[in-house]
Amino acid sequence: MPLWSAAGDPPGWQRDEPAPPRARKRKRGRKRKRGRKRRGTRAAAMPWLDFLDDVRRMNKRQLYYQVLNFGMIVSSALMIWKGLMVVTGSESPIVVVLSGSMEPAFHRGDLLFLTNRIEDPIRVGEIVVFRIEGREIPIVHRVLKIHENNQFCLLQNPGLLFPVWKWLQTLLSPVQTMMQGVQNCTEHSVEAHAVLQGFVWQNGDIKFLTKGDNNAVDDRGLYKRGQHWLEKKDVVGRARGFVPYIGIVTILMNDYPKFKYAVLFLLGLFVLVHRE
Amino acid sequence: LRKNVEDFTGPRERSDLGFVTFDITADILNGKKCIFDWNVKQLFVYLSVEYSTKNNALNQVVLWDKVILRGDNPRLYLKDMKSKYLFFDDGNGLKGNKNITFTLSWNVVPNAGILPLVTGSGHVSVPFPDTYETTKSY
Repeated sequence: MPLWSAAGDPPGWQRDEPAPPRARKRKRGRKRKRGRKRRGTRAAAMPWLDFLDDVRRMNKRQLYYQVLNFGMIVSSALMIWKGLMVVTGSESPIVVVLSGSMEPAFHRGDLLFLTNRIEDPIRVGEIVVFRIEGREIPIVHRVLKIHENNQFCLLQNPGLLFPVWKWLQTLLSPVQTMMQGVQNCTEHSVEAHAVLQGFVWQNGDIKFLTKGDNNAVDDRGLYKRGQHWLEKKDVVGRARGFVPYIGIVTILMNDYPKFKYAVLFLLGLFVLVHRE
Repeated sequence: LRKNVEDFTGPRERSDLGFVTFDITADILNGKKCIFDWNVKQLFVYLSVEYSTKNNALNQVVLWDKVILRGDNPRLYLKDMKSKYLFFDDGNGLKGNKNITFTLSWNVVPNAGILPLVTGSGHVSVPFPDTYETTKSY
């Protein structure tokens, strides 16, 4: 419908078809009301004006409600992420493969699910995601060699049962021999294990070497200067499952920040406008 | 799956270096249950060695590995293979070590899903000699 039919036909202009009765009515008697009605008919020609109209029509309460809804979605997502971190024991339970050093198993853009549970010690053949000190980008490679010494160490701040053990130690020689040569746990070797007991038996220091499947040499060249081995603290997690290709979205968002902003903008818009 | 390991020479000075030659006979299509089903993209097979020394309670070293893609010949018949990677110990723990255990394991890489690490049943234990070899070439 041409724009000027609302305002009335321009003088001297002949129409082929009869103008819609509504327009005619307005033309005859009443003064053209500026405001909604006019905008309403114009909006049929320009649909995006309709949407802006909707937003304006929402009163303040509804707007706040939508914002709160949005906040709730974001919080739930964060909670799920934190929950995943707890369950897997890894600080970053889902990572995207960035390089081709593990082809043909993993390609750039594949998504990996990691766990980093203390109960599972690192063993050769496992695919491990680690960070080199001083660099933030994690690397996905396979463990080639490990050397581990199991330790029986004494916690510095022993718990409730420690006095019992101390007393037993004086009485029973087997306990004595067991405790012989036991060192204090270093900050390095103690993990969130036995807290009450006062002593802990655990997988001790593991040092390991990695290599990418697609690389000809091991990773010593990648490590920090003077560093020959990796340790547990460098590990982000071990790959337990994977999904191909999906991580490409993350890579695109990183390489083309405009794409990231566009996605976020569209998401925000969708949530705000969705009136359910 | 079977593997046979034969023949080895002794370690070297400073850090013990072991030389091993081995044979592997492996048959992946195991009659009824084939490992290569619709969701298996590849198998990463590796031969690892496990032993214990005075310095370290547990040592594991990968000597050799291979990627077997779906569609490749599933039978491995390797003879007189040399280790792909240098078998260095962290220290001098190989000399006279009575018990070096060889195991074949593989990592199943699916098209999508869980990545299991399977250890082959059966292993071979071999002792290392007490002396160092200086003259034998590898």
